[in-house]
Amino acid sequence: MMTQASDKPNATGHILVDHLRVRFGSKAAAVEAVSDVSMEVKPGEFVSIIGPSGCGKSTLLNVVAGFVKPSEGTVTMDGKATDKPSADRGMVFQQYSLFPWLSVRKNVEFGLKQKGMDANHREQAARTLLGLAGLLAFENHYPDQLSGGMKQRVGIVRALATSPQVLLMDEPFGALDAQTRVVMQQILTNMWQRFRISVLFITHDIDESIFLSDRVYVMTARPGRIKAEIPILLPRPRTPDMASSPEYLRIKQQLRDLITEESLKAMGGELKDSGLAGFDVEVGPKGVAELI
Amino acid sequence: MRTATSLNRVDPQAADAAQGPSLALAPKPEATPSGVSPAAQQAETPIRRVAAWLRSALPKLLMTMLSLGLFVAFWYFATKYKLDFYIRFTNIPSPGEVLDNASRLMHSEIFFNNMYVSLRRILLGFGIATVLGVVLGLLIGRYRGVKALLFPLFETLRPIPSIAWVPMAIMLWPTNETSIVFITFLGSFFPILLNTIHGVNSVDPVLLRAARCLGTSEYGLLRQVVLPASLPHIFTGLAIGMGVAWVSLIAAEMISGQFGIGYFTWEAYALIEYADIAIGMIVIGVLGLLCSGAIRMLGNMLMPWMASSNHGGPK
Repeated sequence: MMTQASDKPNATGHILVDHLRVRFGSKAAAVEAVSDVSMEVKPGEFVSIIGPSGCGKSTLLNVVAGFVKPSEGTVTMDGKATDKPSADRGMVFQQYSLFPWLSVRKNVEFGLKQKGMDANHREQAARTLLGLAGLLAFENHYPDQLSGGMKQRVGIVRALATSPQVLLMDEPFGALDAQTRVVMQQILTNMWQRFRISVLFITHDIDESIFLSDRVYVMTARPGRIKAEIPILLPRPRTPDMASSPEYLRIKQQLRDLITEESLKAMGGELKDSGLAGFDVEVGPKGVAELI
Repeated sequence: MRTATSLNRVDPQAADAAQGPSLALAPKPEATPSGVSPAAQQAETPIRRVAAWLRSALPKLLMTMLSLGLFVAFWYFATKYKLDFYIRFTNIPSPGEVLDNASRLMHSEIFFNNMYVSLRRILLGFGIATVLGVVLGLLIGRYRGVKALLFPLFETLRPIPSIAWVPMAIMLWPTNETSIVFITFLGSFFPILLNTIHGVNSVDPVLLRAARCLGTSEYGLLRQVVLPASLPHIFTGLAIGMGVAWVSLIAAEMISGQFGIGYFTWEAYALIEYADIAIGMIVIGVLGLLCSGAIRMLGNMLMPWMASSNHGGPK
């Protein structure tokens, strides 16, 4: 299945988000989390979405994953609506999501077991993938015996095991310390280049988005909208020392300006929220972005 | 720290063989495995280990023996001098009499049959309660419809102690045996059911989402995620349920029984075999302890990951 993944022509894993709106709550008290978002991830592309917290970027990802239904608009992968979760859209969560009762290897085998693969092949596939991530020595450990970075690596390997067309990542390194985070970014880049699958990556870390992505979408404060689309044309493979190149610094400055603007709006919104009732959900659908 | 360039040079075969180049992917700062064996580092030789264990366990052991010794000594003197100060020791058998009767009963087939009958009732009643409690608990915890249908009924019946069912059970069931098993079942059913429901409700939602992203069917979710995730709570329910099962069994046997260790104890009172009462009590305690121990052992066997997490990882 490894060879399958690398031989696969880069035509699958095309995500198309078209005029997506997501509202939560009943008609009167509905809050718009995502507001008229159109975007795409081309086959084999690494795309990040960056924005202030609470801007709806996780909601957007959850629609692509199939956990949340669009209120308006469509989200498709390779032409098919993403109306329920599926193994061809692998997901890595911010929280550690390994099954604590399964060993590292059994965690990686989990998706293959659902596909009905027999135990021998499962074990072989899991061991190959764990070897790639430098985790083979820990295959029989339980998740609680691993460090945070290792847990997330297993999470990535587990999501890749079923050969998904796309990897959805919801701030997967958010809980890790800065050192581990940099290492994890390199490992992820490495895995992505090997598997050649599309990645949709949610983050609020500017450096992370630049280091990893082909393109970065910047989202506005709630309700989330696409504010800008920034191509990252730095050559690959990317190295940490690129962080001081003029091109990198230019992109970083640009992204920081865009995000600072939105963060300020988001904070203004929070101030207003607490002034209103203390309940986020009761704020009107427009948000404070327009009021300022 | 390696650069991305060097990472790219890792080829799958070499990495599969594991430890060589793939170490480049296993960064030093977080590669230390945890919880491997903290004890192994402290004790170098077996002799030292035993000595260290004795040093730490001995004071506790002495205190345990002292506490039990004081109890038996009080019992001995209270019965020897027939103490009578509101509490009356006039008819209470002495430790010696109990010991004599016990050695006599060791050769009694009827006595062992009583133990066997009680254990069989526990096994049946508790076993049925486990199956029903866990299955219904999983369904009630996971499906709102099932909960709406069954939970009100269970909440209505739950406050009635299982002992209160004795007369009704005798009328309800064809034989005394089945009614006693029923009482035992009732006692353990509710703790198991409620703890299972609680376990299902406290499953981390991210685990369910992760499983669904890996292509899990609804049944697979229940069987492979909800059930194992609820096991710690289920075993809490089993431990409590086992305790209540014994309480219910003994009471039922005393009231309506033929055979059984509870019946033996009550019969001893009726036959003025006072030493046998104490023996019955002690045997009940020991059997209850053994059953709880079995539950705990089964739990450790089915949940090996709990042991590893208790010793703590890094993080």
